[in-house]
Amino acid sequence: MSQKVIAGITLDVNEEGYLTNPAQWTREIAKEIAREEGIDLTDKHFLVLDFIRDRQQKGEMLTIRSVGNSGITDIKGFYQLFPGAPMKKAAKIAGITKPASCV
Amino acid sequence: MQKEEHPLKKVCIICAKGTIEDVYATLVLGNGAVMEGIETKLFFTFFGLDAITKKQMNSLKTGTVGNPAMRMPGGLPFPTILGILPGVEAGVSAMMKSQMVKLDIPPVSEFLEMIEAGGGEIYACKLAMDMFKLKKEDLWHGVKDVLTVGQFYEMCGGLQTQIIFT
Repeated sequence: MSQKVIAGITLDVNEEGYLTNPAQWTREIAKEIAREEGIDLTDKHFLVLDFIRDRQQKGEMLTIRSVGNSGITDIKGFYQLFPGAPMKKAAKIAGITKPASCV
Repeated sequence: MQKEEHPLKKVCIICAKGTIEDVYATLVLGNGAVMEGIETKLFFTFFGLDAITKKQMNSLKTGTVGNPAMRMPGGLPFPTILGILPGVEAGVSAMMKSQMVKLDIPPVSEFLEMIEAGGGEIYACKLAMDMFKLKKEDLWHGVKDVLTVGQFYEMCGGLQTQIIFT
């Protein structure tokens, strides 16, 4: 396991840069990781991040469809918020492990 | 020496069969590519057209005859002769679909919407449409165009592009 300093805090990360301990996550850290991904976080982004953190914490399956049904954004909006690879990017910024779902 | 990585930039996926498992193989591959930020084009031809035909798309079936990998719940062999009985195909298909629901796999039309929402493109094959006497208005609203094979190849160019036949 490697470590990385983000927003002045030393964090445990895996080789792809995902936080391995979700408890270390803060909003400042999220903003910093998002900047590295070229995203400026808005309140809407944080609603999505809270949703997926909550879902993973409960052990529920994290799929792009579940985000689309969250009531926060539809799937198109999710792609706009986190362009490119939304599920992976959002998970990275949310400080959770990379989702292992195929849908 | 450092191994050079060339991540996929574009995938063109061809679906030529209309069973649940063939169509979902295409949809999972397609949606998965879109989710990875890979440019994605899906091309439906022959019986695969059922997946984008309004009338058929949400009532696809799994074939219960001639499939040696088919098993009873519990793992016992599924004799082909059972598969010809009325209602068996419908029952097996319903069971397949209920298993997919548990994994948050959506119905065909919603799956296509998801792919489209992420920027994936859906095309139909002109020749097969002519063969099956289908018109553009018979197809799902999100089908971008009806293509000849030549037009399909034209959009499959470029480095780091793969054509996948499911």
